[in-house]
Amino acid sequence: MNDHWEHFEHRADIGVRGIAASEAGAFEQAALALTAVVCDPAAVVPREAVPIACDAADDEGLFVAWLNAVVYEMAVRRMLFARYRVRIDGRHLAATAEGEAIDTARHHPVVEVKGATYTALRVGRGDDGLWTAQTVVDV
Amino acid sequence: MDIRKLERLDRCRWQLPCSGAMRVPVRLYADEGLLRDMDEHALEQAVQVATLPGIVGASHVMPDAHWGYGFPIGGVAAFDADAGGVVSAGGVGFDVSCGVRCLHTGLTRAQLAPLQQRLADALYKHIPAGLGSTGAIRLNATEMDAMLAGGADWAVAQGWGEAADLERIEEHGRMLHAKPRFVSEQAKKRQRDEMGTLGSGNHYLEVQQVGEVFDPQLAAGFGLKVGDIVVMIHCGSRGLGHQIGTEFLRRMVDDAPRHGLTLPDRELACAPIASDLGQEYLGAMRAAINCALANRQILTHLVREVFATLLPAARLALLYDVSHNTCKVETHVVDGRPRQLHVHRKGATRAFGPGHPELSPALRPFGQPVLIGGSMGTGSYVLAGTAASEALAFSSACHGAGRAMSRHQATKTWSGRAVQDELAQRGILVRSPSLRGIAEEAPGAYKDVSAVVDAAEAAGLARKVARVEPLVCVKG
Repeated sequence: MNDHWEHFEHRADIGVRGIAASEAGAFEQAALALTAVVCDPAAVVPREAVPIACDAADDEGLFVAWLNAVVYEMAVRRMLFARYRVRIDGRHLAATAEGEAIDTARHHPVVEVKGATYTALRVGRGDDGLWTAQTVVDV
Repeated sequence: MDIRKLERLDRCRWQLPCSGAMRVPVRLYADEGLLRDMDEHALEQAVQVATLPGIVGASHVMPDAHWGYGFPIGGVAAFDADAGGVVSAGGVGFDVSCGVRCLHTGLTRAQLAPLQQRLADALYKHIPAGLGSTGAIRLNATEMDAMLAGGADWAVAQGWGEAADLERIEEHGRMLHAKPRFVSEQAKKRQRDEMGTLGSGNHYLEVQQVGEVFDPQLAAGFGLKVGDIVVMIHCGSRGLGHQIGTEFLRRMVDDAPRHGLTLPDRELACAPIASDLGQEYLGAMRAAINCALANRQILTHLVREVFATLLPAARLALLYDVSHNTCKVETHVVDGRPRQLHVHRKGATRAFGPGHPELSPALRPFGQPVLIGGSMGTGSYVLAGTAASEALAFSSACHGAGRAMSRHQATKTWSGRAVQDELAQRGILVRSPSLRGIAEEAPGAYKDVSAVVDAAEAAGLARKVARVEPLVCVKG
């Protein structure tokens, strides 16, 4: 199965899940799921690249730190991102997020993400060899 | 929720006795129907809260409770610093001091009716709402720190409001002991363009009419009668609060072992109140409370500008402003003696009873107004705090309807356009930048707010005063 993302149910908020052949790929897909909480990722044009870096003591902590770094860049730059490239080196993550300034008329943004939580948080490799990275985001 | 393990104390009060690592029992306030519909996670989380050091009395669950982060949304817990008590970033949440304020207008439905459409459009144009919207106010570093220390008091001093507003805001508009120096530059940067913005999700601004009065004496005390037009604003501390929640949640997770804390769930991240981290969080969290109070004050000013243009006869006096994601130091009588406690209310409203010294003289005979937001189609409630609530749940009540359905399920069930059209046929004008957002916030996606407030009243947490019905709804 190709790398992909999906949302999962949470009564008040939304779960984001990335599934890919690599851990970095799962992080990229989960970030696309984060964009999809806000709008259709296909409606976002990758005009500008933003560097993002973060660290954490373990995989799950790194995943939450990654999503929160994306949330922060979305908030302070008022951008939406259509494409992510992630490199993970031990406990360090370096990435670029490509996107454009929010255009309300074109993107119809639904909701603002406040932050990534530790609820239903999981990063791991399944028996099928695919990596899954997931958590619930507060909206 | 499986209610077989609960002891029923009366119709709307239940208890899960101590067992295992629990230091106190869990007390739940709901009728049987609400309790059966409540997700099991809410009880599991309340049990975990009951295991935290220094918790006093009980871990309380309000009638609108649901699965949250560490603490249930609709959770109340108090901690004693002198007994090793903790403060929890998860126990306050990401949207610090999210809350509701209600304004009188002095208008009736008949006066509003000819201008309802124009008012809806003007409010939507004038109030920054939704992702990507920015306010007109930009604060430099000095002004930002002054805002974080001064709250609504600061906003009024800048000309965004009236001095009389302050006595009708919790903490009289200014949370003391805020420490802007403990708010990161990232959090301040995230707030840079967001002063005077409504936000998105379940945040809204509504023009409402008083549809029903339940307690004429209390309603008169609050200045409400059937047919009155009021304005209700629901929003919080915006990006600054979100960033503070994010940063301190991580720091508390990372530092837990150093404080000897074994967390059953990382979302229960906390620190001893007496620790440096605990004090830093309290200082930053209080600054975020002031940010929320200043933000709602600025939004009030913007609403007043719109009314002054379209309906100059209106006089928008503040009824009250409540915050429902906070940790506050309060004195409560426990086992016959007053104790100073750090009361966490996560999706719960403070509800001081009549005579409480915190209330202004005009409100003291009646108790604190408790503002309960419903969904955009079903209305909201004004309640009043009771004397009994002090002993029940540290003077706390519910905060809203609570979601009954996920956002994903809501968008599969309804189209935003259909919801907007159906509400318009019922005289409710909805303005929003996102049709999907309207679908996610569809009235049917929420629990029955009437059942929630009925249970709160039956449990003794608060008294029903009035029901208000939406006429205009601006959603982010």
